[in-house]
Amino acid sequence: MKILVLVKQTFDTEEKIVLKDGRVNDEGVNLIMNPYDEYAVEEAIRLKEASGAEVVAISFGPERAESALRTALAMGADRAVLVEAGSDAADESVAAKALAAVARRESFDLVLCGYMSVDNGAAQTGPRLAEELDIPHISSVTKLTIDGRSVTAVRDAEGDTETVEGELPLLVTAQQGLNEPRYPSLPGIMKAKKKPLERIALSELGLSAGDMSAKTAVTDIFLPAKRQGGKILQGDMDEQAAELARLLRDEAKVV
Amino acid sequence: MENKLILVPAEVRSGQLRRVSLEALAAAGRIGEGCRIGAVLLGREAEKHIEALAQGGADVIYWADAPELDSPHADAWYQALAGIIRDLQPAAVLMGHTALGKDVMPRLAVRFGCGLIADCVGLEKDAEGIRFVRPIYAGKAFEKRTAVHGMLLATIRPNNIAPNEPDSSRQAEVVRVAAGPLHVRTVIRDIVRKSASGVDLSEAKIIVSGGRGVKSAEGFRPLQELADVLGAAVGASRGACDAGYCDYSLQIGQTGKIVTPDLYIACGISGAIQHLAGMSNSRVIVAINKDPEAPIFQVADYGIVGDLFEAVPRLTKQLKAMLEQ
Repeated sequence: MKILVLVKQTFDTEEKIVLKDGRVNDEGVNLIMNPYDEYAVEEAIRLKEASGAEVVAISFGPERAESALRTALAMGADRAVLVEAGSDAADESVAAKALAAVARRESFDLVLCGYMSVDNGAAQTGPRLAEELDIPHISSVTKLTIDGRSVTAVRDAEGDTETVEGELPLLVTAQQGLNEPRYPSLPGIMKAKKKPLERIALSELGLSAGDMSAKTAVTDIFLPAKRQGGKILQGDMDEQAAELARLLRDEAKVV
Repeated sequence: MENKLILVPAEVRSGQLRRVSLEALAAAGRIGEGCRIGAVLLGREAEKHIEALAQGGADVIYWADAPELDSPHADAWYQALAGIIRDLQPAAVLMGHTALGKDVMPRLAVRFGCGLIADCVGLEKDAEGIRFVRPIYAGKAFEKRTAVHGMLLATIRPNNIAPNEPDSSRQAEVVRVAAGPLHVRTVIRDIVRKSASGVDLSEAKIIVSGGRGVKSAEGFRPLQELADVLGAAVGASRGACDAGYCDYSLQIGQTGKIVTPDLYIACGISGAIQHLAGMSNSRVIVAINKDPEAPIFQVADYGIVGDLFEAVPRLTKQLKAMLEQ
């Protein structure tokens, strides 16, 4: 079986966001693999350990995204491919076109990716890629079982738990709770340095100019107004509870 | 975008029209002055929601009643909507940023070669065009985005854009449309409805949330009682989920659900950056924590420093009495 797993490099979730010249500043920021992609990589490696699949990790991003791919290799992926965008004018549509071009070149039985990225948070990449590849997708999966060509997935859909069945080839987006991602071992990290990591420029994929142009544009980025701390209530607990109820009704007007 | 059509696929959940669909209708009205606003209803049971959609701003309702569309099946809905969009050629499609919206809209964007601006919390329209506002980095920042090519597709985050006041004089034309042959490639074998209270976190106007301070699964019970009195949903911090006090589906935070309720009551939650990212855009925040130095107090509008097991039941009692009046 051949498994493709998508990886995105994102800021560490501890990071505060700073703007410079109207854009998000990445100087000095700690970078990690998108946490949701960790579940996808882990699941791919488990499938590999169970049935000897080949796992190829793919990323669309800047040059520095190589370190996220090396982490995937250190966790156990066999090969990696980085498509370098060259600029940051790409949007979700361009990313999906690029990833699809690599996927078609690779051939695959299963594509795994995170449910969404913690930076853009749009949850588009997985479903877009599935449509580009003309395969079904199952999103927000918390349990995955592959038996031959049959796929059974349990998913979290707005508080409901659905059991969905399909057949390979298909794409699965990983939700928290799918598994516990392993920390790369030291031997894994050493081996990862020697595993093949191919770099391709977006322009080398044979995509049309239209496909490589974003369909949306960012006009502005801003930070929310800083929240101030408010009142700490006083008195014994009975008094505080009564006061809070009153404030919520009369001052905040939310009950 | 004048004299054009804007489509709003509407969702029904537990027999009710979802509020976010009315919010999307309102957004469609705002961006499409001079346009026809067309709600799309899928499924046989949908007929009873025609009036609510008309009163909420729909000029026309397109209704496809194939049985495969009765429940939210992403593949069936995607195919039905693709056929409807191909036939009607709208200038824009707006839908809630729901489980179904997240499954079908990106696929439709690829099918029709356009962009999708997802998880919008606001919009602006002026001489320069239409811009949608959406959170990035879990709401630590925001961006404004515009469509530069093709149809305008957007998904709307629940509870951020006000629905229209229902106008009982409004009527909508109902047009029956064909769903087309639907060849679904996945099968939903089973659905277990978890939210017994019926209030989903992403749409809840009030959320009562528990952190590690809850100390056990049973510790959520006073929070659930408070939620019941308020008609609220119950959420949790990552710490509570990791400790096994509750299911991950309750998790609010950068790697969980991002919520924007009118009122967020954080009980025994310290306020780590990742958790704040998930809820700091709530309109009003209440924090209850034993530790006066807990970071959550820096974003809370009202704070109680104390034991949540003392505070929450008392608050429940006060609010119950107040709301019964």
